[in-house]
Amino acid sequence: MNNRINIEAKAPLNNAAYFSCFYGILSREFLRFVSQRSRFFSALIRPLLWLVVFAAGFRAALGIAIIEPYETYITYEVYIAPGLCCMILLFNGMQSSLSMVYDREMGSMRVLLMSPLPRGFLLICKLAATALISLAQVYTFLAIALFVGVDPPLLGYLAVLPALILVALMLGALGLFMSSWIKQLENFAGVMNFVIFPMFFLSSALYPLWKMREASEWLYWLCSVNPFTHATELVRHALYLKISWEAFAVVAGTTLVFSVLAIKGFNPQRGMKAKGKGPA
Amino acid sequence: MKATQFIRSALPAAIATTLLTLSASSFAAVAYVSNEKDDTLSVIDLDTMKVTETIDVGQRPRGITLSKDHTKLYICASDSDTVQIMNLADHSIIAELPSGEDPEQFALHPNDRHLYIANEDDALVTVVDTETQDVLAQIDVGVEPEGMAVSHNGKWAVNTSETTNMVHWIDTSTYELVDNTLVDQRPRHVEFNKDDSLLWASSEIGGTVSVIDTSTRQIIQKLTFKIPGIHPDKVQPVGVKLTSDGKYAFIALGPANHVAVVDANTYEVLDYLLVGRRVWHMTFNEDESQMYTTNGVSGDVSVVDVDKMKVTKSIKVGRYPWGVVVKP
Repeated sequence: MNNRINIEAKAPLNNAAYFSCFYGILSREFLRFVSQRSRFFSALIRPLLWLVVFAAGFRAALGIAIIEPYETYITYEVYIAPGLCCMILLFNGMQSSLSMVYDREMGSMRVLLMSPLPRGFLLICKLAATALISLAQVYTFLAIALFVGVDPPLLGYLAVLPALILVALMLGALGLFMSSWIKQLENFAGVMNFVIFPMFFLSSALYPLWKMREASEWLYWLCSVNPFTHATELVRHALYLKISWEAFAVVAGTTLVFSVLAIKGFNPQRGMKAKGKGPA
Repeated sequence: MKATQFIRSALPAAIATTLLTLSASSFAAVAYVSNEKDDTLSVIDLDTMKVTETIDVGQRPRGITLSKDHTKLYICASDSDTVQIMNLADHSIIAELPSGEDPEQFALHPNDRHLYIANEDDALVTVVDTETQDVLAQIDVGVEPEGMAVSHNGKWAVNTSETTNMVHWIDTSTYELVDNTLVDQRPRHVEFNKDDSLLWASSEIGGTVSVIDTSTRQIIQKLTFKIPGIHPDKVQPVGVKLTSDGKYAFIALGPANHVAVVDANTYEVLDYLLVGRRVWHMTFNEDESQMYTTNGVSGDVSVVDVDKMKVTKSIKVGRYPWGVVVKP
C-alpha cells in the first residue's frame, strides 16, 4: 500500500492538519479511482443498461398518471433516472466499504489510523471522499441520459448536487456501519447481495409506490420505510427543482444515525483478529 | 417643494402603472375547455395554469369556437341538439341556435356570422346565421359528418364524413357541394393552411393524414406515423393544428397518447410528444409559443412549449375534455 498520507506526527491539530488529512484521503481515493478505470465504467454500465435496455421494454408501462415532482406525463426513462443515480451511489457506498474490509485485511488501515486526528474524522473523510468521487459518475450518467430524453431543467443539475452528496454520505455510512460487523472480505460480498438488491428493488427507484400498493399493502409499507426510497425521492425532487422535506428528514436522519453507529462500532482490529484465527 | 413636485408628477404615473398591471393580470389569457362527460366548460388562467372556473353548459359539449372579437363562445351541445352562444363577459348563455341534430363540430366563416355545423346523425351540414338565428342552408353530405373547416378566404367550407370516408367541398357562395375527395378510413378533422393552398385531413382508423391541394382537390401527400413501443392500431390521428408561419403541423394521435410534430414543408415527422391519454384536439395561444391539447381519457390539458417542442405541464380539467380555445 502506498504512503501518500503525509501527516506529521507532531503537527499541531489545527485546521490545516484536518484539511491535509482530508486532502490526503481524497487524493488516495481519487488515485484509486483513476487507476481502476474499469471500476468507473462498470459502475456506469450497470445503470445505463437499466436505462437503455430495461426501460425500453417498459416504455409504454408508465405515462398513465402524473406524480410529484413531475408536472406532466413522463417516459419510463425519465422516471427511473433519479433511482439509477442513487443506484450508482449505492454501489459506490458499498464498494467503498468493501475497500475498508480490504484495507483492514491488508493492514493499510493501520497506516491511516496512525494519524493523530480523531478516528471519527478519518472515517467521515473517507465517506466524503467516496461521495465526491461518486458524483463524477452520477453526472457522467446524467449527461449520457440526455440522449434518451432525460432532460431535467438546467438548474436541476445544480440543485441535485447537495441531494446527491447527502445520499452518498447516507449510503457510505450504511456501508461503513455494515463493514464494522463483517469479519472478512468474503462475508461482505454476501451481505452486498442481501443489502443492495432488497434496498434497490424495495424502493421507488423502478416503480412509483402507488403501483406497489396496488400489488401488495405490506410491500408498499416495506418500500415506504426503506431509506433508499427517500433517497431516490430526494434526488428526484431536487432534479426537478422541488424539495421533499419528508425525504430530506429521513435521509439526513439515517445519515446521522449510521454515521454515529459506524464510528462507534468501527474496529480496525476485527479483520486482523480473524486472520490470525483462521484462513482468510 | 421639490419633493412635492416629485410626488405630484410621479404619483399619477405610479398609479397608472399599477392599474395597468392590475388590469393586465385581470385580463390574462384564458383557455376554455369543453368537458364532454361533465356538461361543463373549464376555464384555465394561462398565467397561473390553473382552472379558475367551471361553467355548466348544455349536454355533451364538444366543438367550441370563438367569435372574431372574442366576446362570444359558440358551443356544440351535442345531446341538447343545439349550438349555444355564451357571452364571455359574464359566462351567461345568451342564445341557442337551431343547429340540427347532434352537432359535433362546426366552423365560423370569416364573415363572423355564418356557422357551418356538421350534423352527425342526419348526414347534413347546416349553415346558420348567428345574428338572425336563421338556418340559411342544409347541405347533404356523406354518412356521419364530423370535421368542419372554412377556408381563411371564406370560399370553401369543407366537411368530412366518417363512414363515407370523404372530404366534401362546399362552395360557400352557393351552399352547394361541388367536389369530394376520397381519403382513408374515418376522416375526423380538417384544417386549411394559412394561404388556403392546402388542406390537412386526418383519418382516425386509417392512421394517416392526407394533405390535399385545394386547387385540384387531390391528395398530394399522405403521412403515416410510427411511435416506437406503441402498437400501430393505437395511432389514430384526430386533431390537426398548423402554425401560421407554415413551419410545423401538430397531429393529435388519440389513444397513442402522443402528438406528432411534422415539418409542414417536407412532411417529415420530427418528433412525438408524450401527452395525456387519448389526445383529441389542440389550439395555440395568441403568439403560438404554447399549444394546449385536450386529453379525453386522462381528463386533462397538456401544455406544449412550441419553441422547445416540449410538454411542460398537464392541467386537470373535467371528464373527457374535447375542444379547447384560447381567448387572448
